[in-house]
Amino acid sequence: MNQTNSITHFTRNSFTSRKEWYERVAKWLFQGMAFALVVPLLLIIGYLIYKASPSLNWSFIVDVPVKGMREGGIWPAFIGTLYLVVISLAISTPVGVLAAIYLNEYAKDNWFNRLINMAVINLAGVPSIVHALFGLGAFVYAARFGYSIISASLTLAIMTLPVIIASTREALASVPMNFREACWNVGATRWQTIRAVVLPNSISGILTGVILQVSRAAGETAPVMFTGAVFYKAIQKGDLLPYQLTDQCMALSMHLYTVATQVPGVKESIPFATAVVLLGSVLLVNASAIALRVYLRNRKKW
Amino acid sequence: MGDNQNSVLAAEYPAISDSKPVSRPRRPYWVITAERIFEGIIRLSGVSAIIFVLAIFFFVFKEAVPVLFSDNFNITQFLTSTKWYPTSAVNVRYGTFSLIIGSFSVTILAMLIAVPFGLGAAIYISEFCNKKLKETLKIIIELLAAIPSVVWGFIGMTVMSKLIVNFTNAPVGVNLLNGGLILAFMSVPIIVSIGEDALKAVPDSYREAALAMGTTKWQMIYRVLIPAAKNGLLAAVLLGIGRAVGETMAVLMATGHSVHIPLSFLDSIRTLTANIAAELGEAPAGSEHYRVLFLTGVLLFCITFIVNLTADLVIRGVRRK
Amino acid sequence: MNTLKKRIQVENLRLSFGSVEVIHDISFDVYEKEIFSIIGPAQSGKTSLLRCLNRTIDFTRGASVSGKIIVDNEDVRKTRDIFALRRKIGMVAPLPVGLPLSIYENVAFAPRCSGLKKKSQLDEIVERCLRQAALWDEVKDRLNNLGTALSGGQQQRLTIARALSHQPEILCLDEFSIAIDPVTTMRIEDVLKELKREITIILVTNLTHQARRISDRSMFMLKGDIVEIDRTEVIFSDHPAKKETYDYVNGIFG
Repeated sequence: MNQTNSITHFTRNSFTSRKEWYERVAKWLFQGMAFALVVPLLLIIGYLIYKASPSLNWSFIVDVPVKGMREGGIWPAFIGTLYLVVISLAISTPVGVLAAIYLNEYAKDNWFNRLINMAVINLAGVPSIVHALFGLGAFVYAARFGYSIISASLTLAIMTLPVIIASTREALASVPMNFREACWNVGATRWQTIRAVVLPNSISGILTGVILQVSRAAGETAPVMFTGAVFYKAIQKGDLLPYQLTDQCMALSMHLYTVATQVPGVKESIPFATAVVLLGSVLLVNASAIALRVYLRNRKKW
Repeated sequence: MGDNQNSVLAAEYPAISDSKPVSRPRRPYWVITAERIFEGIIRLSGVSAIIFVLAIFFFVFKEAVPVLFSDNFNITQFLTSTKWYPTSAVNVRYGTFSLIIGSFSVTILAMLIAVPFGLGAAIYISEFCNKKLKETLKIIIELLAAIPSVVWGFIGMTVMSKLIVNFTNAPVGVNLLNGGLILAFMSVPIIVSIGEDALKAVPDSYREAALAMGTTKWQMIYRVLIPAAKNGLLAAVLLGIGRAVGETMAVLMATGHSVHIPLSFLDSIRTLTANIAAELGEAPAGSEHYRVLFLTGVLLFCITFIVNLTADLVIRGVRRK
Repeated sequence: MNTLKKRIQVENLRLSFGSVEVIHDISFDVYEKEIFSIIGPAQSGKTSLLRCLNRTIDFTRGASVSGKIIVDNEDVRKTRDIFALRRKIGMVAPLPVGLPLSIYENVAFAPRCSGLKKKSQLDEIVERCLRQAALWDEVKDRLNNLGTALSGGQQQRLTIARALSHQPEILCLDEFSIAIDPVTTMRIEDVLKELKREITIILVTNLTHQARRISDRSMFMLKGDIVEIDRTEVIFSDHPAKKETYDYVNGIFG
């Protein structure tokens, strides 16, 4: 750059420093918006934990509720939620993964498959109360499963299905196309290609997607409230297999709603403790899914 | 030829005679059939998505249909009347207009808060963050999205309610304002993540071209980036709306229970979703009340269907670029 | 050459991507046990032609093919068992692709897909193909390493080994030497010269000297048309039939 004495030096003047000021303000504005989401959340969670602390101990989880849920623990609800999560994901994972394999590996670009895509997107946007109505009409009444774990799990399965399809598709799509072409060039069928190359390299993404749905299945209230969850069910403390498929069960999400709104005279820390247990479990599962994703991303094979 | 040790070819590379084809191993017949069957199952799973969407509509509609023919029911009244008295012994009326306005108002309020904050956060994450901070913020937003709606409802009922009562001297803390704030928290993660995707999709060349002309970062964002990403940002907002309209438990617990058109932020309201959840337990199966609630479900399904369809078309418009 | 059988007969082949015609009504024959090279500048349709042969053109959206491609008396476009066709025709793409499997599994992939399971058979195939691809000595101690961890040139040789692993009767190589150093290229050319005693080889190449070195007949393609097709000595002589051939071969354009 030529040094001259002319006025073309890049100097600071009132115009540029005003621009800089605008820039700084913009940055602080957006930063403030981002942190306005984070800070109140942390404060709220802190407050919840603080209010829950009198009741938060190990026996809270393992004990059964007593005195109309005014005292005691939440074990039946905790184990009930576990049942619902495991059974519903056992149903929706295979269906979802296979559907995603179809959409990403087999489907040609015609109107039928665009329709399927639209159906998945719309399924994802259905409100949870409409899922509840569907579960009631289809599983409880039409299929005559009645109010039961099986009705509730099927309802939850349909609810988690579209997101499992979407996340599996993303995982499959992250495998580059030239691997598949190399396999096709040597005469492998589509399924042979999928089994040998595509699936093993997307299993991590698929797994992450499924784990993230665990928290969704555990946290939803409306779909289980009307299809199989009840206010109270008498089971043994610490019993690991208390329910049958045709039984009704308690669920953490519904238990929180019940204890917070339907039970008068309950000790203040109990609903807070229930909320903390539910929130804590959900955040723990999601955090481990995210950690799994980060870990596996560093172990990529190409 | 096979005896020539210098030959790279091993002895077994088969000679090709004039007409006999090379005998290559073939897979056993049953393996090929099993694979075909499995691929059929895969195709079936793909079609299942359509089946489930149709099934949802079918079963909800099926329970609702009989009431359409009942004497007490009038579709215009259903959609436009504010009088919701489903259990009245004398004069049963099914007007959902207040509920529709309730859903509408809490969604609008939530969006008024969530859209600027969500888009602002998306812009911050996309344009101003370094890599580490970006990762951390994205993870926090993801965890925010995972909080169950009943927990949000609980927060509304307890924490937010107290705050509102303290700051505004309202008689009761569960109202439109409460629901709006809670819904805003719930919708923000969707707006942030999809908005950030939309901003990420704008090629760097746009940014560089603008900055090379001497604009500030703010001008670049305002004049170049946002217009370029507007389809994706619009889709983010629409999906946030979809989430807000469909939300049940949080609004059930946070907005109070009055069925009337809100005149102020501190009024208690009820949404379409909360209404179903609140009354379904009490309505006897097969009764008129029960069926009207299912009809409300059909209405909700249609509303969210339209919102999501619009969002998808808007996104598709982006991808075609 | 008249006494040799024709392995491939292409008649009136047209290929379009959407509304753009890429190959304009070409016809040619390939005889057995020869190395047939296809030369020409970029965008002549050479790669698309190969993909029509083994039907991988099917995977490209919007591609439409007309005409006949007869391989061993069977029209490729009407074949019932596409996978058998793709095993009969080996294909080596220009860019190296190591599958994210071990080196052993990379080469054993195609035999396994055909149903071979016995370890002794697979071992033998893997060793033979890696030797033919001039890669055996470099990897024989680390057959369990990932194929994607090899260098570009090694991955290209791995691709060649993969193409040989299913005993193709027709081997198509599409600019295989792009990612390989000249010495290894010569070694592979030696292998090709031996292989042609048994199989037919189609070699698409930008390197005119490579075509001159090893091929028996050559075909010069320009913008989707065949300009000239003849014995290599003729194409590369001072008097080929067409002026464009002479210009291209001598580097005057292209």
